[in-house]
Amino acid sequence: MPDAAPSRPGQAKTARRQSSFKALEFILGVILVGGIGLAVLFSGFLFPGGGSAVDLAARLTPPLVDMAHPLGTDPLGRDVLARVIVGGEISLTVGLVSVAGAVVIGVVMGLVSGYYRGFWDVVVMRFADVQLALPFILLAITFIAIVGGGLINTIVLLIVSQWVQYARLVRGSVLSLRDREFIQSARAIGVRDIKILFQHLLPNLLGPVIVLMTLNVANNILLEASLTFLGLGVDPTIPSWGGMLAEGRTYLQTAWWVSVFPGLAILLTVLGLNLLGDWLRDTLDPTGRTRV
Amino acid sequence: MTSKALLSVRSLGVAFGSEHVVEDLSFDVEAGRTLAIVGESGSGKSVTSLAIMRLVEHVGGSITQGSIHFNADGVSRDLTALSDKQMRALRGNDIAMIFQEPMTSLNPVFTVGDQIIETLLVHEELSRNAAREEARRLLELVRLPDAEAQLKRYPHQLSGGMRQRVMIAMALACRPKLLIADEPTTALDVTIQAQILSIIRDLQSQLEMAVIFITHDMGVVAQMADDVVVMHRGRRIEQAPVADLFAHPREAYTRALLSAVPRLGSMSGEDLPRREALTVIENGEPRTIGGNSTQDTARYDEAPLVSIRDLVTRFDIRKNFFGGVTHRVHAVEKVSFDIYPGETMALVGESGSGKSTIGRTIQQLQAATSGDIRFEGKPLAQMSKAEQMRLRQKVQYIFQDPFASLDPRKTVGFSIAEPIRTHGLIDNRRAIDARVGELLERVGLEAHHAGRYPHEFSGGQRQRICIARALASKPKLIIADEALSALDVSIQAQIIDLFMELQKDEGLAYLFISHDMAVVERMSHRVAVLYLGQIVEFGPRRAVFESPAHSYTRRLLQAVPVADPGARRDQPMLEGEIASPVRSVSDEPIILPLSETAPGHFVATEKPVGIPA
Repeated sequence: MPDAAPSRPGQAKTARRQSSFKALEFILGVILVGGIGLAVLFSGFLFPGGGSAVDLAARLTPPLVDMAHPLGTDPLGRDVLARVIVGGEISLTVGLVSVAGAVVIGVVMGLVSGYYRGFWDVVVMRFADVQLALPFILLAITFIAIVGGGLINTIVLLIVSQWVQYARLVRGSVLSLRDREFIQSARAIGVRDIKILFQHLLPNLLGPVIVLMTLNVANNILLEASLTFLGLGVDPTIPSWGGMLAEGRTYLQTAWWVSVFPGLAILLTVLGLNLLGDWLRDTLDPTGRTRV
Repeated sequence: MTSKALLSVRSLGVAFGSEHVVEDLSFDVEAGRTLAIVGESGSGKSVTSLAIMRLVEHVGGSITQGSIHFNADGVSRDLTALSDKQMRALRGNDIAMIFQEPMTSLNPVFTVGDQIIETLLVHEELSRNAAREEARRLLELVRLPDAEAQLKRYPHQLSGGMRQRVMIAMALACRPKLLIADEPTTALDVTIQAQILSIIRDLQSQLEMAVIFITHDMGVVAQMADDVVVMHRGRRIEQAPVADLFAHPREAYTRALLSAVPRLGSMSGEDLPRREALTVIENGEPRTIGGNSTQDTARYDEAPLVSIRDLVTRFDIRKNFFGGVTHRVHAVEKVSFDIYPGETMALVGESGSGKSTIGRTIQQLQAATSGDIRFEGKPLAQMSKAEQMRLRQKVQYIFQDPFASLDPRKTVGFSIAEPIRTHGLIDNRRAIDARVGELLERVGLEAHHAGRYPHEFSGGQRQRICIARALASKPKLIIADEALSALDVSIQAQIIDLFMELQKDEGLAYLFISHDMAVVERMSHRVAVLYLGQIVEFGPRRAVFESPAHSYTRRLLQAVPVADPGARRDQPMLEGEIASPVRSVSDEPIILPLSETAPGHFVATEKPVGIPA
């Protein structure tokens, strides 16, 4: 070797500490997201009744009193555990699908308008500005009034209202990256634009996008609840975490378990996704990896 | 060494975590003298200066052993034992520091005047008016023209050289006894560097202060220093008075360092560039690499590879209210030249001379405003898409900063294979991998490095990777845009040798864009000197360097610091800023006609307007 690679002072020590923390982050994330995901996936098998069996005699049973209802019952005597697990279906579908949709549209729009600038940039960004100027509730009421409620429309509404965030974030990163020398040198070699966009630019700006994604999953689970509460979202008879949270609100002082357990489900899901998101972001960045 | 030295550092050790960055370092700085600390990147020279300022704790380091005694006003204080408060009183007042980047060390939201006045108010008991008066005096001291008006200006309104003068003025505000200058001229053009160096030298003798001058540039050391400390990997290798060090370097490392420095005038009397054997230090042992041979690769008997005729590139910058253009950057104005196969054609000039724009225009990274670029006889404008792609295969570009020109998220193997895959040169995966390994070995790395990421390599190694990437598509011309400027001299010498070796073996032509006259002299067959987008002198290297005919070429050559303390020049330095290529729309530049003074040697007619005499 003609000259040795310089090593940053203190790098080795922090790298060791970080890598064990990273592994922990990954394992915890997998346990949380995997556990909740599996339970929700097999909810039909675990609770064939879908947790909708009403038993007014057993209404508002506290947790751990009756082993038939380990997490207690709600004001109609329905099993909280069953409803939390069944309710995950709507909440996770809305949370994950809406974020995935918004990311795909937003990232592509942001890449194109940031890289090509010019006409497309003006059109996309002015459209984004107009949309940001509309309050979400106003947009939601208008949208649902025109196309109607339901699961799919709720997801579409969330995608329509959120892609702008990703587009702006990505466009900003592209603007700072496009004049960097490694992009210039890819152009100098003759690499096609599509490859520059998706092979060079995309991996370099994924970090903040992942962070925004994990934040928005939680946000959207709660938004679905608000929409349903206003009668704009999913059929309110189908349980969802957000919906249960809203229902349990009135009983918070007398029967905390009705709203605490769905809340806990949201918390653990979001925590798990955040851990996985951080792990993914750091793993995708080769400079963060321990040197071999 | 006497104990009366202003600053005496004894067995200093600095560590970041468990990493020892400076070990057992001792030296003295006497009042009124200049000590140069010289070394390559990672030698610990900047960390040493931060330790003296006790700023090293701010960046996560700690002083592990030794003492730093500062002897002033009859008191001897150990800086390593002072409290934060005592240290603050000393910083700026008795010890001042100037940094490398004049662009980032001034606060952009305050005027220059406010920033100098603030320094004065913190340390001296002055009224605001008196401080303002003093600030004006300081700006005059560093020879800023129209000091009164400069006080009201913001940093972005000043050029790099002017900002560095403001930094010096601020550092001198409280008449420090010791000035630490950390690479103060590295980011500046040579003519501006010469001005700044002469200002520091004059002020030193006027104010009788001691200076610690940290640099990697042996030429600057020879110009500035009284004593020199050579550092390598955190240790002092050698300390000597400057004349002794240059005349009789004791240590092998110092000798290797000195021999790697490109010296202006070292090629006098040679028609062609020459490869010279050079000594490198490997695992502490000196080793000789390369051989002596003449670089007779240029094929002037063949048709030119690239011909450029009347190339003009302009950028619209300022627009009026209605979107009409009012000002343009005249980056390139009517430039014509040819590049022959196997030839190294150098473009030299200061910032804003348009040298990079020419390279970028040939590489189709930049559209030409007018003019004609032909590759192997075929005009670029008439090429089909497929032919333009072929041009991108046959012409490759190497950028200045090897840290920025490789995608940090891709393995170096991916980056090197990219041109092969883009142009479909090899279509099977295993053959591509084999070729990547071969290319890595060609540039002096190892095939198994292909799986690593750019951050795992040093600057020199990364530039080798960039060269391997450029070679991957079997080019005929490589445009090297300041490709050596970011590298340490010893690495620079090795890369120059690699460039020449590749030229000899593959018959490559280079368009070598550089501001470094000494490197250009070493490498090139022909040289074009650019000033404000126009060629002012053009010809064979020997003619341009040995009998420069244009006044601008002579100025440029004169400003280069010579790595020989005996040749210290005390003639008055040229004043003035580099002229700006920005002009208003109606103000077209005058094209200076070239005339042939000797066969192949063209010189522009002198035009006093715009070129400060």
